[in-house]
Amino acid sequence: MTAELDRDEAVGLLRSMLSIRRLEEKSAELYSAGKIRGFLHLYIGEEAVAAGAIRALTPDDAVVATYREHGHALVRGMPVRAIMAEMYGKATGCSRGRGGSMHLFDAALRLYGGNAIVGGGLPVAVGLALADKLQGRPRVTACFFGDGATAEGVFQESLNLAALWQLPVLFACENNLYAMGTALHRAQAQTDLCLKARAQGVPAEVVEGMDVLAVARATDDAVAAIRGGGGPRFLEYRTYRFRAHSMYDPELYRTKAEVEQWRKRDPIPAFSDSLKRDGLLTDADVQRIEAGIAAELDDAIRFAEESPWEPAENLLTDVYSPRPA
Amino acid sequence: MTAAPATRTTYREAIRTALQEALASDPRVFLMGEDVGCYGGTYAASKGLLEQFGPERVRDAPLSELAFTGAGVGAALGGMRPIVEIMTVNFSLLALDQILNNAATLRHMSGGQVSVPLVIRMATGAGRQVAAQHSHSLEGWYAHIPGIRVVAPATIEDARWMLAAALRELDPVLIFEHATLYGMEGDLPPGPGRVELDRAAVRRPGTEVSLVTYGGMLGRTLEAADRLAGEGVSAEVVDLRTLRPLDDATIMGSVRKTHRAVIVDEGWRTGSLSAEIMARIMEQAFYELDAPVARVCSAEVPIPYPRHLEEAAVPQADAIATAARSLVKLRG
Repeated sequence: MTAELDRDEAVGLLRSMLSIRRLEEKSAELYSAGKIRGFLHLYIGEEAVAAGAIRALTPDDAVVATYREHGHALVRGMPVRAIMAEMYGKATGCSRGRGGSMHLFDAALRLYGGNAIVGGGLPVAVGLALADKLQGRPRVTACFFGDGATAEGVFQESLNLAALWQLPVLFACENNLYAMGTALHRAQAQTDLCLKARAQGVPAEVVEGMDVLAVARATDDAVAAIRGGGGPRFLEYRTYRFRAHSMYDPELYRTKAEVEQWRKRDPIPAFSDSLKRDGLLTDADVQRIEAGIAAELDDAIRFAEESPWEPAENLLTDVYSPRPA
Repeated sequence: MTAAPATRTTYREAIRTALQEALASDPRVFLMGEDVGCYGGTYAASKGLLEQFGPERVRDAPLSELAFTGAGVGAALGGMRPIVEIMTVNFSLLALDQILNNAATLRHMSGGQVSVPLVIRMATGAGRQVAAQHSHSLEGWYAHIPGIRVVAPATIEDARWMLAAALRELDPVLIFEHATLYGMEGDLPPGPGRVELDRAAVRRPGTEVSLVTYGGMLGRTLEAADRLAGEGVSAEVVDLRTLRPLDDATIMGSVRKTHRAVIVDEGWRTGSLSAEIMARIMEQAFYELDAPVARVCSAEVPIPYPRHLEEAAVPQADAIATAARSLVKLRG
């Protein structure tokens, strides 16, 4: 399985997934400690998708994500300090503390949020891709969203536009089976999400979202096809969120047994074990990776703790741009 | 040296010329919306532009207001200068999420990292017997939203030049074109003109009462001022031009001169732009007033189809003149 990747790439994937997992675990702790407020949506269980998919992009490409986007920001290259400080609401956060957990932006990384309206990022991604096409740039825009977004009208509208105009968009659907607390089959008559995409003229394929290599492979192929001028693609990554929807969710809508079943398919130990079997990874490597991540997180927390709050005098800054001359 | 003569033209043609100029002068500009291309624009404001600029830059969109408005947001983020045409304000409700939650919000929410230089044009207003779902005047709602500019060209000169001013902004600008104005004829002074946004204009000077209005109501407000003049009442007419941000200085300057004000607003009265302007006059010029501020708004009813009921629902020159007269009667 791992033969197609060199060791550095494989270990990089593992490190990405572990970085997300530890960031999310720490975020949950900091939430309980009252350091992070507002809404906090954890990506635990779904790490293989962001880790495997975003590496297929170049720095020139764009990423549009949802309110469950810490992992996407991290894999895209946002420093943990900027993420942590943003969640603290500090002035040193990526969005100067204005957005919090749900609105991580980094213009330099071409990460356009952190959109907390379900489906709200889809047409924005279409427009980013339209700008690239009109300017003749060979870029791809990857738009992440959940199964819940496929019930929104804007999903159909956006896929139609992208297909009609043959725009370079990767529609990256993270199907974790629940739109907040409503199971897919209880919300949608057509549960085959690829059919919905194909109905709009977008080629679509299911991907095993708990397998980081499957994610990487499928995303590489889709991005190559898009970059080659083949128009948009839709990938349905089948995944599962191990934790609650947000920190306020008593999880009345699913059984503990179901969660346990999915936890057995945890993408991190599965991949780590296979790397060890293939002789690409040792326990010492894992310890070193974990120590590196822990140090980075400690540093980020210290940074967030010590960072200043945005002065309230700046409240209205950036509601409007400076006036043109 | 004699000045070049003014050109006789229409509001529609002024907008078309402005669009043509925008497309010709900046390769980042493109026009996107329903029937802007092959059909030539629902109000014929983009007639001939598809032939001149091609389908990439004069882009017919499907009936997907939410998606193509959001695509305008994305294209603006991607370095373009999109002009999105939403056929009418009534349909803009389908795009409201993208206008409010993204276009107006992204700059602040991203800590100033991105801006959304997007222009959205739409027709607004009643007066053509097209019934409730095609007659809304919701520009006052949009003027509620921080992060965007809202403008309402009421004259041929503003129809000609406001678009270029809007395209110079780095933030979203919503342009409301009153549907009854497209056929309006008038003289356009020779260009190139350069108009400023964010400034109201005194369209008719007067001394006894200020009539503050915008957009489709300007014509009948000027008509009311004419009638009042015939009765010996001197009314000043202020055209807001930009509904957000409001030009308080010009409004208060007029009120300080006349000491009386009537707000004329095609929107519904409750929670309206007229209410906002009255509140500001009270906050900023209360002691200048010789009479309570009055307003003439649309009746609080879905605009009905038959002409007599539609006219009864929307402010008319008679009602404007009556309101002004009643204030001036209060003079000591």
